[in-house]
Formats: sequence, C-alpha cells, structure tokens
Amino acid sequence: MNRARADEEEYWHSSKFRAFTFDDEDDELSQLKESKRAVNSLRDIVDDDDDDLERVSWSGEPVGSISWSIKETASGSTSSLEGRDSSLQKGSSSYAALPKQVSSYSLSSLFKGRNKLPSFQSLSDALTDTGVKNYAPELRRPKAEYKDYSSDWSPKDTVRRMQRGKVCSLERFRSLQDKLVLLDEAVAGHDGNVITAVLIFLKRTLRREILFRELEVRQVALCHLIHFLRETGEQKLLLDLLRFLDRTEEVALSQYREHLNIQDVEKRREFLKGCIGLPFSAEDTSHIQDHYTLLERQIIIEANDRHLEMAGQSELFRKYPRKASILNMPLVTTLFYSCFYHYTEAEGTFSSPTNLKKTFKIPDKQYVLTALAARAKLRAWDDVDALLTTKNWLGYTKKKAPIGFHRVVEMLQRNNAPVQVLQEYVRLVEDVETRLNLATKYKCHDVVIETYRDLKDRIQLTAYKSKVERGSAEEEKINSILNNMQIRWKN
Amino acid sequence: MAFAGRRDAPEPPDFGILKRLARDQLVYLLEQLPGKKDLFIEADLMSPLDRIANVSILKQHDVDKLYKVETRPAPGASDQFCFLVRPRVRTMRFIADIVNADKMSGRSRKYKIIFSPQKFYACEMVLEEEGVFGDVTCDEWSFYLLPLDEDIISMELPEFFRDYFLEGDHRWINPVARALQLLNSLYGPFGKAYGIGRCAKMSHELWRDLEEESEGEGQGRKPEIGHVFLMDRDVDYVTALCSQVVYEGLVDDTFRIKCGSVDFGPDVTSSDRSIKVLLNAQDKVFSQIRNEHFSSVFGFLSQKSRNLQAQYDRRRGMDIKQMKDFVSQELKGLKQEHRLLSLHIGACESIMKKKTKQDFQETIKAEHSLLEGFDIRESTSFIEEHIDRQVSPIESLRLMCLLSITENGLIPKDYRSLKTQYLQSYGPEHLLTFHNLKRIGLLTEQAAGETLTAVESKVSKLVTDRAAGKITDAFNSLARKSNFRAISKKLGLIPRVEGEYDLKMPRDMAYVFGGAYVPLSCKIIEQVLERRGWQGLEEVVRLLNGNEFSVSDSTVEDNPAWESQRVILTVFLGGCTFSEIAALRFLGKERGCKFIFLTTAITNSARMMEAMIEARA
Repeated sequence: MNRARADEEEYWHSSKFRAFTFDDEDDELSQLKESKRAVNSLRDIVDDDDDDLERVSWSGEPVGSISWSIKETASGSTSSLEGRDSSLQKGSSSYAALPKQVSSYSLSSLFKGRNKLPSFQSLSDALTDTGVKNYAPELRRPKAEYKDYSSDWSPKDTVRRMQRGKVCSLERFRSLQDKLVLLDEAVAGHDGNVITAVLIFLKRTLRREILFRELEVRQVALCHLIHFLRETGEQKLLLDLLRFLDRTEEVALSQYREHLNIQDVEKRREFLKGCIGLPFSAEDTSHIQDHYTLLERQIIIEANDRHLEMAGQSELFRKYPRKASILNMPLVTTLFYSCFYHYTEAEGTFSSPTNLKKTFKIPDKQYVLTALAARAKLRAWDDVDALLTTKNWLGYTKKKAPIGFHRVVEMLQRNNAPVQVLQEYVRLVEDVETRLNLATKYKCHDVVIETYRDLKDRIQLTAYKSKVERGSAEEEKINSILNNMQIRWKN
Repeated sequence: MAFAGRRDAPEPPDFGILKRLARDQLVYLLEQLPGKKDLFIEADLMSPLDRIANVSILKQHDVDKLYKVETRPAPGASDQFCFLVRPRVRTMRFIADIVNADKMSGRSRKYKIIFSPQKFYACEMVLEEEGVFGDVTCDEWSFYLLPLDEDIISMELPEFFRDYFLEGDHRWINPVARALQLLNSLYGPFGKAYGIGRCAKMSHELWRDLEEESEGEGQGRKPEIGHVFLMDRDVDYVTALCSQVVYEGLVDDTFRIKCGSVDFGPDVTSSDRSIKVLLNAQDKVFSQIRNEHFSSVFGFLSQKSRNLQAQYDRRRGMDIKQMKDFVSQELKGLKQEHRLLSLHIGACESIMKKKTKQDFQETIKAEHSLLEGFDIRESTSFIEEHIDRQVSPIESLRLMCLLSITENGLIPKDYRSLKTQYLQSYGPEHLLTFHNLKRIGLLTEQAAGETLTAVESKVSKLVTDRAAGKITDAFNSLARKSNFRAISKKLGLIPRVEGEYDLKMPRDMAYVFGGAYVPLSCKIIEQVLERRGWQGLEEVVRLLNGNEFSVSDSTVEDNPAWESQRVILTVFLGGCTFSEIAALRFLGKERGCKFIFLTTAITNSARMMEAMIEARA
C-alpha cells in the first residue's frame, strides 16, 4: 500500500498533469484506512516538541507538516512507516477519533483530483474507469469490489455520494421517473448543494414546462431552483417559472428589482416607467408609480439646480453648496431639499415643497416635520414660527406641533437657535418636569422662573437665583416674584 | 443530569485545537500549489483567517502578494494564483474573468481555488460555463468552526440566515452536520440530542447519517460534552429583535463586534486613531463586565479604577528595591489593566452619548410595552414618529418587526400606513425589503397570514401525505404565526416582580433585558434540560409549530458522574445574540452547568434586518 502511495506521490510531483484527470473514485474505505494509517504513522517523525500538536489533526493526520510527510513518503521510507503502524493503532483509541468522512476530504486531495464535475459528465466520462487504469493502475481496487464502482448507484447512494463531495454521474437517470426519484432523494437528504446539483441536471435534460410542473408539487426543490436562478442571474427563466406558478406579484417584484442594477438615471427612469404596468398589488402599484414620478422630478430638479449652482447667482446655493445630488434620494429627503432650497417657490414649479406635498399626498404631520427641520437648519426662525402657528376660524392664533414640543426644542437647539427663540417653545412643553429640564439645560431662565412660580416652589426658585447673573433682569424678576405677597408658596 | 444539584460549572473543553486543525489544513492546501503564489482572499474570510493564521504563516508557505477578491491583480503578479473563497457564483465569475483575461493575453498561470468550508456544484457549473473548468484546480478548506472564545464557536456563516430562512435553501445544512460531526469526534460522543425547528431536525438527521458511516469510532471514550441542543432562529425572533442591554450586546449593537474583535474609533480611544480590541475571556476587565446589565457596568469600572489608582499609589514611599520589584513584576500588568479600563470606560461613554441621542430610554420603553402587550397604539405611533423623523432605517424596521411578531401581524390599516411612510422616508426600493420580511414572516399583515393558512389546509386535504408535508414545509416559512403572546404566557416570559428588579443581583435570565423579559430561546432550553425532554411542554411545542425532538444515543455510556453530563452544546441555526449567550451563562452558573455556543454566526437585530434588504447585484 505504502509502496503504491509512494509511486503515486512521485507521479503527482513529477507530472505536469492536473489532478482532475484522475478519475475520482478510489474512495474505498479500506484503502482510505490504509492511507490514513500510513499518514498517521508519520506522527512520531513529524511531531515537533509541542505535545499538543499531536492532537492537532483535521482528519487523523498530523498535519503540522504535511508537505514534509509527503516528501518522506515519496522517497520511499516504507520500512520506517510499517514499523509505526502498530503504535498508531494503539494511539488512535486514545485520540479523539476523527470521522472517516472528513479524512476522505483531505486524503482524496492527496491522492487524486477531486475536480470532476459530477453532474455534468458526458457518456465518455462514464468510461473513464479504463482511463484510470492507464494513468495510475495502482489506484485500482481489487477485482472483487468492482461492482461498487460501476455506475449503478441507486438514487439514494448517488445522493449520498454527492453529499460527501464525490463524483457521480447523473447521466444514467434518463427516464422522468428516475429523475424525479433522484430529486426526491436529494431533498430527503437535506443537502441543498446536492438538491441544486440535481436541479441543474434536470434543468439541462428536461423541457422547462415539464420541470416546472414537477417542481410545483415539490416546494423545497422549487425554492432551490428559484434561489439558484436568482444567484446565477437567469432572470428570463426565473420569470417564466414564476409566471408558470402564477406568482404574479413575485414576477413584478423580480422585474422591479432589476432597477437597482441600472446606474444611469435616465435609463432607470425609463425602466421604472415600464414597471408601472407590472402585476403588482393595487397598493404597490401606487408605490411604483410614486417611485417613477419621484425620480422624474428629481431629474428635473437636479438639472435646474446644478445649473443654478454653476451659474453662481443664487445666494442660497453659494452659501450652502449642495453636498450631494438629489437623485435617487427618498421622498422625505427630497422634500427636505426642496424646503431648504426652494421654500418660497410657487406651487406651480416641480421643485416647490407644496407641489411635492400635493403630488405625493404627504401627510401634514410629515410635511411640517420636514419643513421644520429644513428651515431650522437655515435658522429661518420666522418660518419655523409660521409652521408652528395655526389660526382658528375666529382668527386666534395658537402654537401647534405635529410632534411633542420637546422634540421641536431639541431640533431648534441642535441648530443653535438663540435663547429667545428656544424659550418660546420650551414654554410649550407640556410635561412640567421635561419643561424644567429643558429650560435649565438651555438656560431659558424666564421659563424656569415662571415654572417655579406656577409650581409655587419657593425653595427651588430661591436656589435658582445662584444660576442667573448678578444684577441681571432675571435676578430682578426672581426677587420680585419672591417678594410678591400674593403668591401662596407651598414651601 | 444537567441540573442535578448546585455545583460549580465545569470548565469548557479546550477548543484551541480547532484553530490548529484549520490552520494546518490551510497550510497543507497552500503547499498543494508549490512555489510562489499570490493569494486572493474573500473579504468575509479575512477576519476569520486572521484569527487562526497570520501573514508570516502565509509567507512561509510561499504566498507572495495578498489580494482581496474583487480587486484585479497587479501587472507584476505571480505565475500562480490561489483563491481562498466562499462558494459563491459571483466570486466564480470574478475568477473566471481573471483566467479568461490571462488566456486572451497569452499569459499562462496556474490557478487554484480553495473553497471554504466546502465547494458547491453550482460553482463548478459556473466555472464550466465560463470555459475555465480545467484551467483551475479546486480544493476544499473544511474550516467549519472558529472558536471565538472559550465557550463560543462560530461557523462565520452570516448568510445562513437569509439562505435558509428567506430563500429556503438547504445548502448550509451539510456544513452544520459536518461541524457537529467534528465536534462529536473531538469532544463527544454526545449522549443526548434535543432540538426544535425544521432545520435543527434536518441537521440532526444528516449528522446522524454521517456518524453511522464513521463506525462509531468514538464509542467508549469519555466525552467532554454530554448534550447537544439545536434550535432554529425562527423559533424565537423576538429575542433577537430586542435592543441589547448587557454590555457585550450593547458593544455589538453599537460598534459591531466582528469575529470576536471590535474596532474602537477615536471617540472611544480619545486619540486620533482607532484601536482593534480582541474581546474575550482573556481580557480581564471585559470578562468581568461582558454579561452585566449596562447599568451595573459603570459602578464596576469606577471601583476598578479606584483599585488601580491605589495600586499605582503604592509606589510612593517605596525604596529602590521595592520599586524595582514593582516595575519588573506588577507594572506591566497594571499598565495592561489601565489600558483596558480606559478603553472600556471610553466605550461606555460613547455608548451613553449615542444612546442618549437615539432616545434609547424611550425606545426601550416602547419595546417593553410591545413585549408585555399593552399600549400597542402608543407604541405604533412611537414607531411612526421614528420613521417620519428618518431616525434610522434599520431601527424603524426592527421596531416594526417586533410589533408584528408580538402581535401576530400588523392590522392591515397600520401595515399600509407604516409601509407607505417607510417608503417615503427611506426610499421606495424598500418595497423589496417589505416583501422579504413578509416572506420570512417577520413583518406581516394579519389578514394575509390567515388567508395563507386557509390555503395551506385546503391544499393539505387535497394531496397525499408526503406531498402535503412538502407543501406545508413551504408554507411554514411564509405563514407561520408567531403566537408570541400565548407562548409568553405559558412560559412566564414576563416576570412579575414586586418593586424594582435588582439588575445587580439578577434572579433570572430576564436581567439581560432589564428584568422585563426572559429570552424565549433560553427559556426553552432551560425547560427542556430540566425535564430531560419535551414532556409537559406539548402546548408550547404546538404553539412553536412543532418539529421538536429528543434523541438518546443508546450506544453512548451515560455516566452521571461525568462532568460532561453538565456540559451542553447549544447550536443556534441562523445566529445567536450576545444577550442569549449572557442569559445562558447566567443559567449555567445558577445550575452548575456549562453552555457551549455553536452558532452559524453571531447576530443581532441590525444584522438580521440588513440581511432582508436587497442590494444591487
């Protein structure tokens, strides 16, 4: 055995042949065991002084210096190998015994090429048994075992072998019956890799309608084919399959998905236009329509604004140069942009906020929120005020926010709003504790003072005196409140 | 035997051997292409590779230049190319392009592809189609298991989640079975296997299948791991969707722990550079705070700082000799500790800053309401506002999913309105994301779920049992109800506590979520181990959609005295979070047993959500 191995190694090293020209069928367990033992027996020679290393093996071999061990084997040190066989046997029971399967992986790469493509062998491949004899007769197994290596694997065995990464010709599964049994076995074997391999074979050897029909009642296999087609990008076949299955919504989504791969905006826009008619649900159709319209708008706005910016005549663009193009941005971002650069435009223009609001039916709340953020960013406090002011039918004005006023305060503060602006909204924060916290944090003294007054909290108010400047109006205010005999302090 | 008596938990087995196995096989494979070669490495294999080998090892084996896959080789490249890749179609095309370009220009080279952890037939098909089959040789690097820590082993296959649960592809089941086989051969034999979930069941079957062939070589050996518990991620999405509040989880949510290490940016290191830190049991500071609720971490760190200061202060009043001893013996340790302390304090500060900005407190409050099932309207408006303010696309998705899964789907009106607002805030292409989330069952409409179930039962009546099984399988992923409310009630996942929950002295696993919720996945494991099977859990199992199993290997000696009886390998198919790990570590300490975690990848809510987003090809 070792002799044979040595020869083979020699061949391996000397030959310019690529590994895959060997037939990949010498997986016989006995041979494997032999080989494993042989390689294992090198343990003693190979090991360096690290004791632990002995346990280090991915398949029973002392892998620490595999390449060295290969050379040793090749140089024909057979005698030393045999001498070690027994010691190894003893050893193996105390070692963590590694599964044979794993070792077949490594060993097979040692002795033979494993690069044959199992599922695509042609008839000629089925005959390579003889070919092997010519190249490496040593690899032949004893005659008695011949039957194992004929191509008569049962579907179950075929799947099993494929699961172990071994070569198996699928060509002999020619009747539909055989193909389906093979597929069912693959599914029952729980190995997606094999299921896909069988599907690739079926896809190649069956008319698609037949394949589709059979997959319809085999959902697991169907999932695999769909995933495979997605990964390999066989979009046309995928769509045919989905149509066959009447999964119209998925047909639409799969087509729509392709827009992600279109970089050119004009082409993307055209593509999206084509998507509108796809069989989406009613709800999604309107989303697709919006997507198209949005991109259409963005293209127009982008062209205009780039022009404006280049011309350098708009003060706004000069002062706040655009950081990025508006193309392919979400609607809310587009609205923000338009509130930032085009706030005062008449509704007639595509870039005006009101136009966007109308076209895309943006809810009031969303609109106000976005406009607030944009105007605050520009520190246009009057606009902020206007956005938060509502008039009732009697003409009275009232402050109203679509979100809590504490959020409004945060937003303004982040944009460095002056205290005068800030405190107007801090005052409107409903929750007293939050209001006090915010007012203290942002030094809105008036609000703090008034709140303590309303709370009739003399102690806190007195304490707050230390936080305001000496001789300031605030201090005076505190003093006057504290001296107010009308207030019935709670403490 | 798992919970018999309160003993100290056993030490975990030594998993270092796994790293060496992987490294040695890689070295062997590199030697298969003798001589100078350039190595192209798949981006997501780099970090795992870093954990087991380094450049000098690669150089020792004649690797000349290193490239990332997707970058074109430089003109002066070597005569041999080796590609270390995941089995992906895209990568095959990249390689084929290189080979074909060489062919066109008459350049002759040797090419070798090393697939990790295994080769797929589909990849070979692509190579064949591209006309380079035969020009390249292929090999497999069976690198299934990367020990991230003394009790965590990762398969580093984040794509498992999407491939299996969304696409229904079973390609990773074989690697899982092989990983189990390897662990069983090194640390087993496992006497008892429990599990729940379809994938768990299939992986277990395939693994047993592989074991049968290996002739039971391990029989009679004294095992180091006695039990194995397999669980599908879709058994419990809720836990994975929650905000993490134990330190390690928070660090992962905030900075992303990658392959057991994290990049702390300038805001943490308070310098101008980033530092890469390995986070594991070896880090003396980290190991003491990783499982703690965030609120107890500050106290610990400041105590630790004071101690450190005191130790430094001893220098004062030392004579020369003492000083010499101090410098030679203690200073290095103290310096190391000092470095670690300042890093973790910096990390805490940065987390606090970020979380305050994100209204973390309010988010947690909304989450707790969802878990407990009250104020649903209020939580819904909270989510809505989140979306409207464009806070974070991933966070918004996460909250929507949590709402959906705890409520068995959104009511159609809410679904439509949240979806519309989401598309407006974050981009219309998320239509595809919503479709994916619906398919996987993370974000559904109440009515839709019921319709599918009706179809399913109708179809089942029509066809034979076997076919019905298949169809049901397919529908399973689409239309399963989460039944969270009922399960939560049955298992008591929401602790009833009088007064404050003391997070510093946790009473149960709920501490990992601030005392508000016991992670479902961990509760199931606890219950099954306690009962040594699923008896008495029939109703829960039914609500979890079945697929439970409990198998004893009669050939394995069952010696209750063995420590291995108290070592349990928990296998998370589709990912496991640091919160779950912390919860089970806690349980292990309480019950005197040790949990070893095998996961397809470390996950968290953000990774799960990102896996649902469609990217350009």
